Amino acid sequence: MSFISYLINGVSLGSVYAIIALGYTMVYGIAKMLNFAHGDVIMVGGFAVFTIVSTYGLPPILGIVVAVVVCTILGMVIERVAYKPLRNAASPLAVLITAIGVSYLLQNAALLIFGANTKSFTSIVSVPPLKLAEGKLNISGETIVTIISGIIIMICLTLFVNKTKAGQAMLAVSEDKGAAQLMGINVNGTIALTFAIGSALAAVAGMLLCSAYPSLTPYTGAMPGIKAFVAAVFGGIGSIPGAMIGGILLGIIEILGKAYISSQMADAIVFAVLIIVLLVRPTGILGKNIQEKV
Amino acid sequence: MKKYNKIISTVLASAMVAALFTGCGNSAGSGSSDSGSTAPADNTADTPSEDNTAAEDTNTADNADTGADTAAGGTIKLGGVGPTTGGAAVYGLAVQNASQLAVDEINASGGINGMQIEFKFEDDECDAEKSVNAYNTLKDWGMQMLVGSVTSGCSVAVAEKTAEDNMFQLTPSGSSVDCVKYDNAFRVCFSDPNQGMASAKYIGENAIASQIAVIYDSSDIYSSGIYEKFAAEAENQPFEIVSAEAFTADSKTDFSVQLQKAKDSGAELVFLPIYYTEASLILSQASTLDYAPIFFGCDGLDGILNVENFDTSLAEGVMLLTPFAADAEDELTKNFVAAYKEKYGDTPNQFAADAYDAVYAIKAACEKAGITADMDVSAMCEAMKGAMTEITLDGLTGVGMTWDASGEPNKEPKAVKISGGVYTAM
Repeated sequence: MSFISYLINGVSLGSVYAIIALGYTMVYGIAKMLNFAHGDVIMVGGFAVFTIVSTYGLPPILGIVVAVVVCTILGMVIERVAYKPLRNAASPLAVLITAIGVSYLLQNAALLIFGANTKSFTSIVSVPPLKLAEGKLNISGETIVTIISGIIIMICLTLFVNKTKAGQAMLAVSEDKGAAQLMGINVNGTIALTFAIGSALAAVAGMLLCSAYPSLTPYTGAMPGIKAFVAAVFGGIGSIPGAMIGGILLGIIEILGKAYISSQMADAIVFAVLIIVLLVRPTGILGKNIQEKV
Repeated sequence: MKKYNKIISTVLASAMVAALFTGCGNSAGSGSSDSGSTAPADNTADTPSEDNTAAEDTNTADNADTGADTAAGGTIKLGGVGPTTGGAAVYGLAVQNASQLAVDEINASGGINGMQIEFKFEDDECDAEKSVNAYNTLKDWGMQMLVGSVTSGCSVAVAEKTAEDNMFQLTPSGSSVDCVKYDNAFRVCFSDPNQGMASAKYIGENAIASQIAVIYDSSDIYSSGIYEKFAAEAENQPFEIVSAEAFTADSKTDFSVQLQKAKDSGAELVFLPIYYTEASLILSQASTLDYAPIFFGCDGLDGILNVENFDTSLAEGVMLLTPFAADAEDELTKNFVAAYKEKYGDTPNQFAADAYDAVYAIKAACEKAGITADMDVSAMCEAMKGAMTEITLDGLTGVGMTWDASGEPNKEPKAVKISGGVYTAM
């Protein structure tokens, strides 16, 4: 019975990783850059909800809307101000370092505004816990909502990318930026849209993360951000279904590793699995093997 | 266009750098409380460029009242280091406030041998590196004795520096063994082994539970130190440790597995030798798991009621071993709690009591050793080392406290229980 409970917790944690990993992987697929500030956008989403719900006492639904709007705008502003001017820089490292800089900027700005004290986040989920098997199996409302949101987001995103014009444009840009431009696709607009969607997802991830683990600090997003990055690489960076599979697998491995191997070594196990997967499949589980044309 | 891009990136880069500096400056500044007038007599290493931006000027009035004494006996510069922001801010603020309270009281009643105390507190955010920086800042200011640091990791780091400088150090609450490994360092609180052993004995002797689970932070010296001694002492006690699970600094938000294991093992009591931030998460996750054992902790749990936005009803019934309960009936505690409440609008915790005792211990030892303000730091330290082992202090955290040369205090632990949202003596 506890195995099932661990598994459900793993899927729940993995769903959060998957939602964050989607942001990483979409941005990588389209802009060919690693947006290290993504984890901190999660934190901004968490603080937006905290401010609306706990500080002003407004209804959670308003908090969700505000957080999504704030993060979407933030993502687009970061892209426009920090990344776009460097898109054609000589070294791809320039934009990577800028991303790290933006990450610190966001953390320190939050430190300045909200202070470093840990805030206890009031859960925005009002779904009652599910009790199964005579109370032996207790699934919290947050877990249920997290898993369901994860599934809904994945379905919507897949439909969006495959069935809409904007989604097709994204695929085209990720395939070949130059050719896409020649076909009349607005590359800059598409990249901005990608950042907007990725950041909106980060806001959702932030809310789910803080509801399940109710503590909020300016560094809340850092570790989940790194884990989600691992999940994205694990599943094959650039691939949307890969990010989902990678995220959920990572969550399950982490929780089961903690439960059956060692609670101290959980992170070490996660990264060891990553190394093994990359040794066997260097492009990740669903990564495409792109051949360099000479 | 290229030029334009360059300008933007330069501006952005400098904005980021500026933001970083603002962050640092603010956190360091908010912790310090400048103590108004300084006596010109003998401030050996006072840097003229010292610039304190902190607005709160708590004891200017007291200094002004006793201005005459200041000029006559000189001033002793007492420094304090601790986290006034960050995850352990409750401790640092308590130590800062209570030390200031004790200093003001002593100054108002004529000081130490006629000398006034000047007190300055620096923030270290519970980070060992920042703690050493804070110590260096205080040294530049001319500090002669140190009350600090507040948390174990920081105290150990600072102890290396004070031993090098031969500066007298009294930590109110640095509990790990290494905090007092040099002979210039003393402490007011119990050591970690002492807390681990006392917790095990307390649970055993009072037959609180027979099956016990432990959740501890293996990456933290305080937590793992207590756990090891607790586990060793448990062998001699009538209870059994049925589950011992760890977490680390990098994975301290998800405790579902540790709690599930404790629940499955049938533990009636969960021992939490950890700090209150993680404990508050454990309590809320246990409640979603429908698991309601007795939670038992050490002084690290003190402060759990102050976590911003925390549902304190979750902490109902939590027990902790601490030498101080704010509702104790003795005269000293009552006066202290009343004065603290009046000044800071909050009920003092054990850390505040430790700090208050620390300042009075320094006073007692200074009087015993005949310290004068013009002694250099090293000579002062030598005199204090001897005097600390000779004093007996009736303080908030123990009656008839004495110290031995190892730096450890001798006093009895007490347990408190959270009921109705306050700490009550058991």
